[in-house]
Amino acid sequence: MDLLTELTILVLAAFVGFEVISKVPNTLHTPLMSATNAIHGIVLLGGLYLIGPAEGFLNNFLCVIAIAFGTINVVGGFLVTDRMLEMFKRRD
Amino acid sequence: MYTATFLQDPDFIRSLYIVAFALFIIDLRLMNHPRTARKGNILGAIGMGIAVIATLLIESVGDYGLIALGVAVGTAVGVPAARSVKMTAMPQMVALFNGVGGGAVALISFVEYREALAGGGGNPALDALIPALFAAIIGSVSFWGSNIAFGKLQELIPGRPIQLPGQQFINIGLLAVCVGCAIAIAAGTESEALFVVILVAAAVLGNMFVLPIGGADMPVVISLLNAFTGLSAAAAGLALDNVALIVAGMLVGASGSILTMLMAEAMNRSIANIFKGGFGGVSVAPAAGDGEAKPVRSTDPADVAIQLSYARKVVVAPGYGLAVAQAQHTVRELADALEKRGVEVLYAIHPVAGRMPGHMNVLLAEADVPYDHLKEMDEINPEFPQTDVALVIGANDVTNPAAREQTDSPIYGMPILDVDKAASVIVLKRSMNTGFAGIDNPLFYAENTSLLFGDAKESVQKVLKEVEEL
Repeated sequence: MDLLTELTILVLAAFVGFEVISKVPNTLHTPLMSATNAIHGIVLLGGLYLIGPAEGFLNNFLCVIAIAFGTINVVGGFLVTDRMLEMFKRRD
Repeated sequence: MYTATFLQDPDFIRSLYIVAFALFIIDLRLMNHPRTARKGNILGAIGMGIAVIATLLIESVGDYGLIALGVAVGTAVGVPAARSVKMTAMPQMVALFNGVGGGAVALISFVEYREALAGGGGNPALDALIPALFAAIIGSVSFWGSNIAFGKLQELIPGRPIQLPGQQFINIGLLAVCVGCAIAIAAGTESEALFVVILVAAAVLGNMFVLPIGGADMPVVISLLNAFTGLSAAAAGLALDNVALIVAGMLVGASGSILTMLMAEAMNRSIANIFKGGFGGVSVAPAAGDGEAKPVRSTDPADVAIQLSYARKVVVAPGYGLAVAQAQHTVRELADALEKRGVEVLYAIHPVAGRMPGHMNVLLAEADVPYDHLKEMDEINPEFPQTDVALVIGANDVTNPAAREQTDSPIYGMPILDVDKAASVIVLKRSMNTGFAGIDNPLFYAENTSLLFGDAKESVQKVLKEVEEL
């Protein structure tokens, strides 16, 4: 893809983000922050993508660390968000 | 064979990425209500699963053993941490998860650059190189900054601002080193060493930029670093031509930016002012510091119990002091006892109550307070004039009427909970010490205010006992 197409997507995503997030009530801002935190764990993909072609010990080693970091970010983030949201209940 | 080729078709993989980021957007959309938020989070997790599987299908992806190793280590660390963390420690946890995300971005950019050099083709094309350099700088700042924020919140390092003389010039210098080296590489210098200099200078900058910020401003910092990691992920997506990374990273960048602005607004401080540092340790000149002891009215648990029991409407204004005293469960028990007597009990939540935006809501939800009783500031403020008793527990500055009235007060203009407009105000306080910002609170001397001194949890327990005996 050429850079301009990617930048178009980038800018549109920013506006979608602003629109969607501004509708989230204060009550849920902590779970929201934790959920978006989990979403940026998607950098894990970068590690997965690079480790195959990577040559040499150092590159492979750094990729494994990046994958481990990304996994902590993703798995921990989604789990802890679920734990929080589970507690939000109406009076029954 | 045919299926294998189909699954590895780049267009098929790209389609999966589209499904993944659509699920992320739906996730954030469903976050707009507590009823649907949990489902949203699960959809987001499914989206992430799809994105990971799609990536593993790419033909050039290999070294599955090493991938499994990385994923196993990450899971072994992440799952127990997420399962066992206390809700009061949520800000630290978010800081830590945020930091590793930023660290991953920085490492990925570095490996990408090393690979390009080792491949013999020299520097990558500029449309990949510039985003990679940006990702390296921001990712490294985010990793180290988040670690410092974690250390401060976990009290591993002192929460008070730590400052060097000329701090701002040092920071500007470090940023100049990062940008300068990045420009040199972009201009054609092929040097791994320069890239390392960028990573190291950004790391020092990350440390330097969070160390001077006081513990109370940490929520803004975490929110900003969250935005940083999101932006760096989006940049990494540009460098790797990966749409899922671009969209997901940018969604987080936008979200983090909004939350940062909202937090700063609720604290009545500009972002620049917060990052200049020094707040929460350097003493702010106390307003009207005449040194004269003004009379306050103190009360006892029995009187508070009577006032609460015969009220029609009670609004609880909790601050972080309530969470520190671990009083949220006792408060909920008191509310239950009052509701049994027909009293309406609501909670007024200031946007900066707690250690991150919305933290107090999570702490009260954990104590089984139903979310429809948690009212945001704009929603509850018009109701205070019809409120019989406002019960302020462990909150100070966010209830300070000086923010509304005294133009010379350091907190003038900060949005506050209008508890002073209730018929009667009861403030639970440990002692007459001024709040953390060192600002006197006229609320304590108001005619309709009485103070109940003591540990928040013990005080609420005593009041609860009295209510039950009435």
